[in-house]
Amino acid sequence: MAGVDVEALQRWLRGFAASVAEQKDALTALDAAVGDADHGANMHRGMTAVLDSLGTPAADPAALLKQTGMVLIRSVGGASGPLYGTLFLRMAGATGGEGALEPETFAKALRAGVEGVVARGKAELGDKTMIDALAPALDALDASLGAGEPLPAALRAASTAADAGRDATTPMTARKGRASYLGERSAGHQDPGATSAALLVAAAATALGDQGTG
Amino acid sequence: MKKLLNDQADLVAESLRGLDRAHPQLRVDHEQRIIYRADAPVPGKVGLLSGGGSGHEPAHGGFIGPGMLDAVCAGEVFTSPVPDQMAEATKNIDGGAGVLHLVWNYTGDVLNFDMAAELAAAETDTQVEAVVINDDVAVEDSLFTAGRRGTGAAIPVEKIVGAAAEQGRSLSDLADLARRVNGATRSMGMALTSCTVPAKGSPTFDLPDDEIEIGIGIHGEPGRRRVPITSAHEIARMLVEPVLNDLDFTGAEGVLVFVNGLGATPLLELHLMYGEIADLLDQAGVVPVRTLVGPYVTSLDMAGCSVTVTRLDEEMVGLWDAPVATLGLRWGM
Repeated sequence: MAGVDVEALQRWLRGFAASVAEQKDALTALDAAVGDADHGANMHRGMTAVLDSLGTPAADPAALLKQTGMVLIRSVGGASGPLYGTLFLRMAGATGGEGALEPETFAKALRAGVEGVVARGKAELGDKTMIDALAPALDALDASLGAGEPLPAALRAASTAADAGRDATTPMTARKGRASYLGERSAGHQDPGATSAALLVAAAATALGDQGTG
Repeated sequence: MKKLLNDQADLVAESLRGLDRAHPQLRVDHEQRIIYRADAPVPGKVGLLSGGGSGHEPAHGGFIGPGMLDAVCAGEVFTSPVPDQMAEATKNIDGGAGVLHLVWNYTGDVLNFDMAAELAAAETDTQVEAVVINDDVAVEDSLFTAGRRGTGAAIPVEKIVGAAAEQGRSLSDLADLARRVNGATRSMGMALTSCTVPAKGSPTFDLPDDEIEIGIGIHGEPGRRRVPITSAHEIARMLVEPVLNDLDFTGAEGVLVFVNGLGATPLLELHLMYGEIADLLDQAGVVPVRTLVGPYVTSLDMAGCSVTVTRLDEEMVGLWDAPVATLGLRWGM
């Protein structure tokens, strides 16, 4: 396979949906500690709707990413709906009509997606949000690709970085989202958004990496 | 968890089904989960739209009707509704004078209403303005948080602006008025117990029998600090002091005092609290001229209360007294 095509992206989304389904209660438990105990249920509802939408044929990666973003915005609600939805919409906007994305194009699209999340949610690195998992993942992805690594290895590096970023949210004091209302009491709890974001990157490493892409 | 449920996943849909059957003055779009006043859109009147997660009943649907809101979008429990719902409702309550979005300040609600306004602008020629309600003084430093939460202020804002909308005032006038009422209002809440979100099935946080949470929100999120349980007299002080320290409420026209129950606290206790709060306001030279006591902005089955104080001017008093006919507030008609 020469690049990330519709089929590979669908594997990614199916893998993410499966992780969310499996981790639903764990995500909700994390949210109960610092928020309002609905992150697992909301992400599960959204990814179930995304799975349903995969039955609609998508012409190219851009069309699939756009459809996924719209489904998430329509079905999730809360802050996660617009944020995850924006991630996929901006990814779609950063690709052309190509049938398969080159590794560098995929990385660029992912960066555009995360920049969209930053623009909409106005969170910065260290605010104890999904950005704390996504930003280090992007940097690791770019660094690995820049060093000539193939996409599978680069995505594994990205996933490792996302997991480390997720873990680093535990001591942080939240400055965005509902957890910020707790002030210092939010410290000591792993951020639910960073946790689901790390699952998204891990799903990419599994679905796009281990298939020999790149 | 012991609740009146069939399948918890159907809770919001089935509650809307019952609401629709019980109250012919409301019209429910079950597909989109939008509740309308039956005669919306009202020609020539600015449409008022609010909404948010479910679990705050009678907010938000209980404040739809003549003199208050035209529609609300219902989300899942404690989860903001989605932009499609808000855009659809916006289109359907535009009586030709535009639509005002009254948005409770939570990240999810603000993001979704933002996107809805973008959709409405792209797809229709409806004029939309949005005012964010943010009155909760428990959120101390808004530079490092998502900003103050929207809580009890929604009731005076929606009531006063709703009455002004019935008078045929313009969209920009109403947006200014909404900002003015919000800016004149502060709230602070406390919890005796956590609430139980049905999807989770157990209390959101553990609160021992001898402790209370001060500075609570309305979604079961823990408050700013936890203290040993004490007398209602002391608890009233912990709520009133931060409110009075945040804004000067002394003045000729007096204030609206709203003592809100969070779902599981009886009126017997809420009135006791009002007495304590009124004493403290007397001592501070703050004069209550209008009062509201009861469970209006709840947090499922949480026990506890919040206090909301609005500094009134003559115009606001008149608009507060104007007729209203909703499930939650009803007088003068």
